[in-house]
Amino acid sequence: MSQSVDWRDAIFAALTAADIRQVGYVPDAGHARLIERCHADSKIRAVSLTTEEEGIALAAGAWLGGQRCALLMQSSGVGNCINMLSLAKACRFPLTMRGEWAEFNPWQVAMGSKTQAALELMDVLVYRVDDAADAADTVAAALDIAFNGGLATAVLLSQRLIGAKKWVKE
Amino acid sequence: MTAGSNQPRLDRRAAIRVLLAERGETLVVTGLGSTTYDAASVADDERNFYLWGAMGGAAMVGLGLAIARADRPVLVVTGDGDTLMGLGALATIGVQAPPNLAIAVFDNGRYAETGMQPSHTDSAVDLVGVARSCGIAAALDITDETALADFARRAQAMTGTLFARVAILADEPPRVLPSRDGVYLKNRFRRATGVK
Repeated sequence: MSQSVDWRDAIFAALTAADIRQVGYVPDAGHARLIERCHADSKIRAVSLTTEEEGIALAAGAWLGGQRCALLMQSSGVGNCINMLSLAKACRFPLTMRGEWAEFNPWQVAMGSKTQAALELMDVLVYRVDDAADAADTVAAALDIAFNGGLATAVLLSQRLIGAKKWVKE
Repeated sequence: MTAGSNQPRLDRRAAIRVLLAERGETLVVTGLGSTTYDAASVADDERNFYLWGAMGGAAMVGLGLAIARADRPVLVVTGDGDTLMGLGALATIGVQAPPNLAIAVFDNGRYAETGMQPSHTDSAVDLVGVARSCGIAAALDITDETALADFARRAQAMTGTLFARVAILADEPPRVLPSRDGVYLKNRFRRATGVK
């Protein structure tokens, strides 16, 4: 596994390359650096959400207005999105989301272990990244199928990837 | 004020006409159910995006749209039930403070679609107070057409987020059903508003 690529920077580069203009998120330690980079970029409007389902609606509105939106969330957040994903499905709104596996807390395991299944239940296309070296290509592919193919698409950043680095504090 | 209080109320179809009759360049998002029928009763405008599901999502669709289209006023018209299901959206909108987003909540204190069961606004919840507490300073309680017409004018020239709780009668006028084809509604909205 490559240690030279910081997957958060690779994902940020893929987002900007795809002209993502809105990024909705519920804060997460694993994404912290990515969130900071979105806030620091004047071309991106980073929107802190109270619950992840708000982000699905935000992304739909962004697309109606001609902007591309990506969402960052933990795997437990995926569960909060289920009904709102009907919006993406009924209207074929493109959407990209990044999930993440949860850690040791058993309360998080219930949703964390079903994240991919939950997304697939609502016909969201799911890609996985296990190795930091694959982050850029996989996210770019997901962005392409979302915005050029008009499909709701998620990239799950695996525990293996997140465990590859200590990400508690910069 | 709560919907259960003894205050005057507007007819919802009269209210929507006041809001949309002279909408100018306004982009409109409606919540599932009655406010979608209301908007369609005025005119099935291609610049309306009707939600037929995704309950709790109307205000956030409005936020994403308002951020993307800073050049246009965006008006969300939705009900108390939709607003209550996504109450956190008001907090998010309060933080984002989009200068071109107006939200009008038609509040009858009822879930009209499902048999007029009382909603939380019928007794305890004051949506204007909620909006103000979320940082939306321009939050109005509207109970007559004059105030509503004033709000509609303000919403076309706003410089800060607007919120109105519009007290409406708990009745169910004949349904006016626009298309339920989400892909069609999305694509025609984008085309009509100049999005490639």
